[in-house]
Amino acid sequence: MVTIYIDHKPYTVNPGKNLLETCLTLGFDLPYFCWHPALGSVGACRQCAIKMFRDGDDKQGRLVMSCMEPVANNQRISIMDPMAVDFREGVIEWLMTNHPHDCAVCDEGGSCHLQDMTVMTGHAYRRFTFKKRTHVNQDLGPFINHEMNRCIQCYRCVRFYKDYAGGEDLDVFASKSNVYFGRSEPGILESEFSGNLSEVCPTGVFTDKTLKQHYTRKWDLTMAPTICQHCSLGCNIIAGERYGDLRMIANRYHGEINGYFICDRGRFGYEFVNSPNRILQPQHMGQPIDSDKAINEISELIKQSNVIGIGSPRASLESNYALKKLVGDSNFYKGVSKQEQALTELAVSILKEGTVRTPSMKETEKADAVFILGEDLTNTAPMLALAVRQSVKQQPMQEVNKLAVPEWNDAAAREIIQDKKGPLFVATVAETKLDTIASKTFRAAPQDIARLGFAVANLIDSSAPNLSNLSEEEKTLAELIAKSLLASERPVIISGTSCQSDSVLKAAANVASALQKRNKNTGIVLTLPECNSVGLSVMGGLALHDAFEKVKNSKADAVIILENDLYRHGSAKVVDAFLSKCKSVIVIDHSQHATTTKGQWLIPAGTFAEADGTLVNNEGRAQRFFQVYEKANVKESWRWLSSIGSAAGNAIMQPWKNFDSITAALSQEEKNFNGIEKVSLSADFRMHDGQRVPREPHRYSGRTSMLANVAVSEPKPPEDLDSGMSYTMEGTRALPPSSMIPFFWSPGWNSVQSVNKYQEEVGAALRGGDPGIRLFEASGKQSSYFTNVPEKFKPVENKLWGVPIHHIFGSEELSAKGAAVSNRVPLPYLLLSKEDAAKLKLTEGEAIEFEIDEQGFKLPVKLCATISTGVAGLPVGLPGLSFIELSSWGVIRSLK
Amino acid sequence: MLSIVRSLWLVFLHMFHKRETVQYPEQKNKLTTRWRGRIVLTRDPDMGERCVGCYLCAAACPVDCISLQATEDENGRRYPEFFRINFSRCIFCGYCEEACPTYAIQLIPDFEMAEYNRQNLVYEKTELLIDGPGKYPGYNYYKVAGLAIGGKGKGEAENELPPIDVKSLIP
Repeated sequence: MVTIYIDHKPYTVNPGKNLLETCLTLGFDLPYFCWHPALGSVGACRQCAIKMFRDGDDKQGRLVMSCMEPVANNQRISIMDPMAVDFREGVIEWLMTNHPHDCAVCDEGGSCHLQDMTVMTGHAYRRFTFKKRTHVNQDLGPFINHEMNRCIQCYRCVRFYKDYAGGEDLDVFASKSNVYFGRSEPGILESEFSGNLSEVCPTGVFTDKTLKQHYTRKWDLTMAPTICQHCSLGCNIIAGERYGDLRMIANRYHGEINGYFICDRGRFGYEFVNSPNRILQPQHMGQPIDSDKAINEISELIKQSNVIGIGSPRASLESNYALKKLVGDSNFYKGVSKQEQALTELAVSILKEGTVRTPSMKETEKADAVFILGEDLTNTAPMLALAVRQSVKQQPMQEVNKLAVPEWNDAAAREIIQDKKGPLFVATVAETKLDTIASKTFRAAPQDIARLGFAVANLIDSSAPNLSNLSEEEKTLAELIAKSLLASERPVIISGTSCQSDSVLKAAANVASALQKRNKNTGIVLTLPECNSVGLSVMGGLALHDAFEKVKNSKADAVIILENDLYRHGSAKVVDAFLSKCKSVIVIDHSQHATTTKGQWLIPAGTFAEADGTLVNNEGRAQRFFQVYEKANVKESWRWLSSIGSAAGNAIMQPWKNFDSITAALSQEEKNFNGIEKVSLSADFRMHDGQRVPREPHRYSGRTSMLANVAVSEPKPPEDLDSGMSYTMEGTRALPPSSMIPFFWSPGWNSVQSVNKYQEEVGAALRGGDPGIRLFEASGKQSSYFTNVPEKFKPVENKLWGVPIHHIFGSEELSAKGAAVSNRVPLPYLLLSKEDAAKLKLTEGEAIEFEIDEQGFKLPVKLCATISTGVAGLPVGLPGLSFIELSSWGVIRSLK
Repeated sequence: MLSIVRSLWLVFLHMFHKRETVQYPEQKNKLTTRWRGRIVLTRDPDMGERCVGCYLCAAACPVDCISLQATEDENGRRYPEFFRINFSRCIFCGYCEEACPTYAIQLIPDFEMAEYNRQNLVYEKTELLIDGPGKYPGYNYYKVAGLAIGGKGKGEAENELPPIDVKSLIP
């Protein structure tokens, strides 16, 4: 710790930071544009100027850019020095000369960093009377709106898009005040992280196009902290509602998980909530029915029948638990295919009982060597791909440190790093977007990827299982990987369930445990299929297949299906047979899908926006998501289930009143979830001033008019029984606890940049600690290596080995139902190697007919230069493509 | 004694003064143009809706009696999909007019809005929108704003240079 003097007052601060960060951490309002906590400093905008003095006697001082000056002991600076204040005002006046008179029609208005900084510096009157320069906009696709006139040339967009997220199609053109940020020609932004431009841009050049469709100002939104439901990483987000529709998703800073950014699937995948396909009323045989009547009739029905429950990896812990208690532990099924069940259980056991700790995403960013087995991260867990992109900068960063250049000095650091990249090895079925930054890539069938992993593990630790008949090429690659991993300080092994191979997971576990013996800082990260796969797996239960068996053997005649489209977890033939065999099918879900059409009873569940719940992410972190708004007739699944249970006289469920009582029961009854009630504060929680945390900003408008068209007397606002938050603007103005931050706002800081007021230190944890609790850490119980090394993959004549290919837009069920994301969903295809295509005399786009998993398909062929011969990639979960149990052999039936 | 007589005398004199009481409604009082009465939404000189749905009036309203939803026409011009004022809540403070960046919302010298049914005090856009520019005849927001809308491209607003040719090599 060092002491610095700001305007003659001493402060004790951390060394190694720059003065801007330090001043913001101390709570000073110092304006800035080009600096971003995740992107570092370049000193381009000159907005954060302060006065710096040589010593106590120096009365003159000199202007410096605070973002470019490292903190030093006994430093004397002044923020309020008149010269610095004047300078900052002058800078913003220049930046504003070309800024259009647009705020009224600009989507950034009200959450605009430029507005905030202009007010902060005191620039109020325009003296520049000359003409403004203008720019033509580009159409950047369904996610991002472009309005180039508003640009103030801070360069944050390209620094994020190109340098941080590795995008290639956004750049800067022209010179001086003509500088233009855009693509070389109009078109869809290719990066999976393009949505962050709307938060990175300090003004309204890049804005959220989906929000524009139903535009609402930040101050008019009812917002709540929630968790992204579109992959297993559990990124923290804020969801905002107005007039009964979900309007936008924004990033919610979490120091350990997503930091300042989220992916486009998380940001734009929310539109399914507003879809016309929602189930909004209980239905019996297609006819709407009153909620109470439905509860009573269903409770009678389950009393009279042998009922089984099918849970869901995309439903909250509470909902799954309520179902489990309603139907009884032995009648609860997880609702995932046998293969997914086995893979998830294996992954969870590796994380829980293995010897290697799973690092958080923030720690993965700091890894200095990464080995990815079988996982196309950009498409299965996009934010992890972003973390990996940062990790390759770690090893070259040592050189930066050696030259005593601080890491936050972005331009200088990049100058030193140039094109150098740390070790990253990507072993996948087909090419991935991370290939361009990888030291070496390896393309093979899952079996061979696993074999490479086993070989690496054996090279690191000879007691790991050995394997023979590796090709020369594989041997050298394995040696290189082993050498690089051993040479690194914080290696991370990444794998997951997406290539549907247990051998790959086992190989990854072996590599990690072998490394762990030599290096205690090793980490293993596994991605899972859905947002609550880990939670459901820890809860236990049999696979969907076993439920099918039970009904087939007439041991059950009624089924409650919880937030699950069975047709995504089993083939149509089997699911059809199962559903027709069941006398009563009760489906609790929020959106229509193939399974809901077969249900006699439909119960309208809340989506994440209309429900409270807990999810467990891929590192075993339990996180609470809060309800954003109330919708008539729509309730959380667990609330429906506990009402049905109470009506049916279920003794366990009768005392359940709200979210807290369910989590308390879960924590008591299931030893794996002990302490889960501590994930969030209880519903009785009130701030120190005795008030709730308001979901609406204090400037929320239209309360006495929004519903006046229905009735001029305002209805009573809904009460929140499940949390210490209120659905109104009434409540505390103090900083809420870190687990329940509904929006980031601070006086003078209306934009999301106000997040620095919520952090202990800029870029560190939120005040009071990052939310969420890890349910488990690697116990080391299972310290032996996995031994079953798979056989080498051998192509078979007239057959193709089907492997899953994931798409960020399309493979995930819920996001693909939204309007904007559905624009980006590819059409089904079959990925084939060029050699195989030549053998089969197929060209790109021609149809191939084949049979796999007892189903026939006819799909256009897409050629791939890198996929192994004998292997075919099949996209997962795309609309129009039925469930296939991969990986398995597919038979080519006929050509053309 | 003297004061009573003086008062009587003063009252007697008032019989010859000009009457302040107006025989409303037969007789109407003259209201100044800046009188804050009924709220209207006005139009541009070229008869386009002035309101761009920026929500500033709603935010400024101390009783929160204004609600609206912005939307866009095919030309990119923003307008309110609905615009509702609950006059049973309105206190005629005029903050909305002050906040309006486009002169769309204006308070006019009219107060005769009494209703037997409170529900009738909820005014929608059909009741609010008038066919004229109100108190500010010349102003046209989109002629000043940098946004391109139908009929006005980039660089065609007041005080704007033509759009930059990014690919030009001329310094």
